[in-house]
Amino acid sequence: MSVEPKMPKCWRKESKPHKFCPGCGHGLALKALGMAIDELGIQDKVVFGCDIGCSLLAWDFFDVDIVQTHHGRTTPVITGLKRANPDLIGIAYMGDGGGYAIGSQHLVNAATRNEKITAILVNNTNYGMTGGQMAPTTLPNQKTETSPYGRSIEETGYPTQGPEMVAAIARDEAYAARGTVANMRQLKGFFKKALQNQIDGNGFSFVEVLSTCPTNWRTDAKGTWKYLEEEMTKFFKVGEFKTPAAKGEQS
Amino acid sequence: MIKNLLQGEKKVFMTGNEVIAWAAIAAKADIMYGYPITPQNEIMHYWTRMAPKAGKKFLQTEDELSAGFTTIGGVLAGKRAFTGTAGPGNTLMQEPVSMAEMMRLPMVIVIQQRGGPSTATVIYSQQETNLTCYGGNGEGLRVVYSTATHQDLFDYTIKAFNTAWKYRFPTFVLADGYQAKMRESLTMYDPKDRGIDMVPVEPILGKPGVPGIDRSPTHIRNTYNTEEELYDVIMSIAQDYEKFAPEIIEYDEQNINDAEIIIISHGVVSRAAYGAMLELREQGYKVGYFRPITLRPFPAKQLFNRARQAKMLIVVESALGQLAKLVKDAIYGCATPIENLSKPGVGIISEEIVERVKTLLKGGHFNVS
Ligand SMILES: Cc1ncc(C[n+]2csc(CCOP(=O)(O)OP(=O)(O)O)c2C)c(N)n1
Ligand code: SF4
Repeated sequence: MSVEPKMPKCWRKESKPHKFCPGCGHGLALKALGMAIDELGIQDKVVFGCDIGCSLLAWDFFDVDIVQTHHGRTTPVITGLKRANPDLIGIAYMGDGGGYAIGSQHLVNAATRNEKITAILVNNTNYGMTGGQMAPTTLPNQKTETSPYGRSIEETGYPTQGPEMVAAIARDEAYAARGTVANMRQLKGFFKKALQNQIDGNGFSFVEVLSTCPTNWRTDAKGTWKYLEEEMTKFFKVGEFKTPAAKGEQS
Repeated sequence: MIKNLLQGEKKVFMTGNEVIAWAAIAAKADIMYGYPITPQNEIMHYWTRMAPKAGKKFLQTEDELSAGFTTIGGVLAGKRAFTGTAGPGNTLMQEPVSMAEMMRLPMVIVIQQRGGPSTATVIYSQQETNLTCYGGNGEGLRVVYSTATHQDLFDYTIKAFNTAWKYRFPTFVLADGYQAKMRESLTMYDPKDRGIDMVPVEPILGKPGVPGIDRSPTHIRNTYNTEEELYDVIMSIAQDYEKFAPEIIEYDEQNINDAEIIIISHGVVSRAAYGAMLELREQGYKVGYFRPITLRPFPAKQLFNRARQAKMLIVVESALGQLAKLVKDAIYGCATPIENLSKPGVGIISEEIVERVKTLLKGGHFNVS
């Protein structure tokens, strides 16, 4: 077994240590992404777009070109870039508020149009940057700043099932998966497949990442991992929901 | 096979939306992103017919937010990218434009004004003047060309790409439903035959080489941590805007040297204003005509100097005082009285302007010879 490098090659050393809170899952998600970029050898082709939300803190994270966009608008920016120059590899990186609430129309339509981009959405069950409000992914009965008595399913519905939705609406060439920062090797594998799907010119690829937000969850290290591994996985199934390899089988 | 669709000079008779599609081809635009809204639709209709033949692209997006942000993506990839919209679409478009303003992204937007507020009419107005000049949560650091004729539509659509890429400010071509839909003759041309060089474009992101090894990575953002940091960014953008304004500003003035009354108008209304001015001159009134072509940056000094020599200004527009506000701001400190002919969402003909000027004179509030 080879030892994983401490810091991916494409990470920008000058911007480390990164700006996320201690124990935040964003850093881990970006580590898995960095390793995927390194292993695919695509550092010269990647353009990384980050949303507004805690993902904006990644605006100088990598030694790749980066654009910070508006809340929810990273998917169209990267779509426009990729349409204009298909040689680039476009990554749209966003939170669950950005992707499933304010920018949900962009996610749905990019998926149905089979845009040849890779969208990565970090699910931390709340709006991190604005101080822990309820998100589309907030779990039933979970307390947040705007659901102080716990999320009511009657009033606000169920947590959004993103990769399942993308798998349902996207063409056979698309890729949809949900990984977790609790399984870095698997997450890196999902990222690699998602990027490879774009490189091959197949179509839209989407990876949701189950992540942590100890600051707003108000959890200690143990509580954080317990929430991620035990509570979140009750609603959010980890795995692949659509793989382009399944093309033939589905028809 | 990719064809050069526009060769030599060509006298044509067509609708304004068709003119814009042709002008974008002439300007070597690479890609259009758009969402349907009347009266802008035919820009997309003509573009999608011509674009594949000329090796160009189109994407129909899910809304105008996406049309604007995908246009930004196209610009970041180093392409002449543009979009077109109107009315409520222009409202949504202000979000991407504010990002372009902050990050100096050379996006081009064509606006075909329709009635407002809300859905209003799909026909015509000049009610998107405020929005187009100052929309978004910023300082209006964009260029706005207000066109009056189909020749303008052709000339200024080409110019918009050059202004955007030369100065790196989002640039609007502000027209309206009348110009969009009516047919008129004009001369189309290949800019290089007239000695107009297209300002070269280059990728902003995704330049050759491995970032961090062969070159520094390009990292661009619109979020800042401190008040001071933001202040420095805004002030440096504003300083550039001030510096370039004299090169960008355009206006037209006629019979102005001895004018006691100046009719001020923009866009298609200026054609009626010009007619009214000629008519009143014939009747012996000392009337002049002033038309800002750039509404941002506004020809403030130029108008101020003219306004002080006059005895009365009359601002004519198909909006309720939107141009008048720009005028008042531009000539602050000038004591010449300002009158209005404001018809929000409604067209204006020269006879109405003639009559209005005569009524004002008869009212005797002005001591005009
Ligand atoms: C148009 C707009 N609306 C609201 C906001 C305020 N805002 C900034 S970040 C954010 C939520 C971020 O949550 P999420 O997308 O889940 O990302 P996280 O911070 O949890 O990583 C909001 C609502 C904004 N910047 N722009
Ligand atoms: S607020 Fe939450 S999501 Fe944001 S950086 Fe801190 S831990 Fe991460």
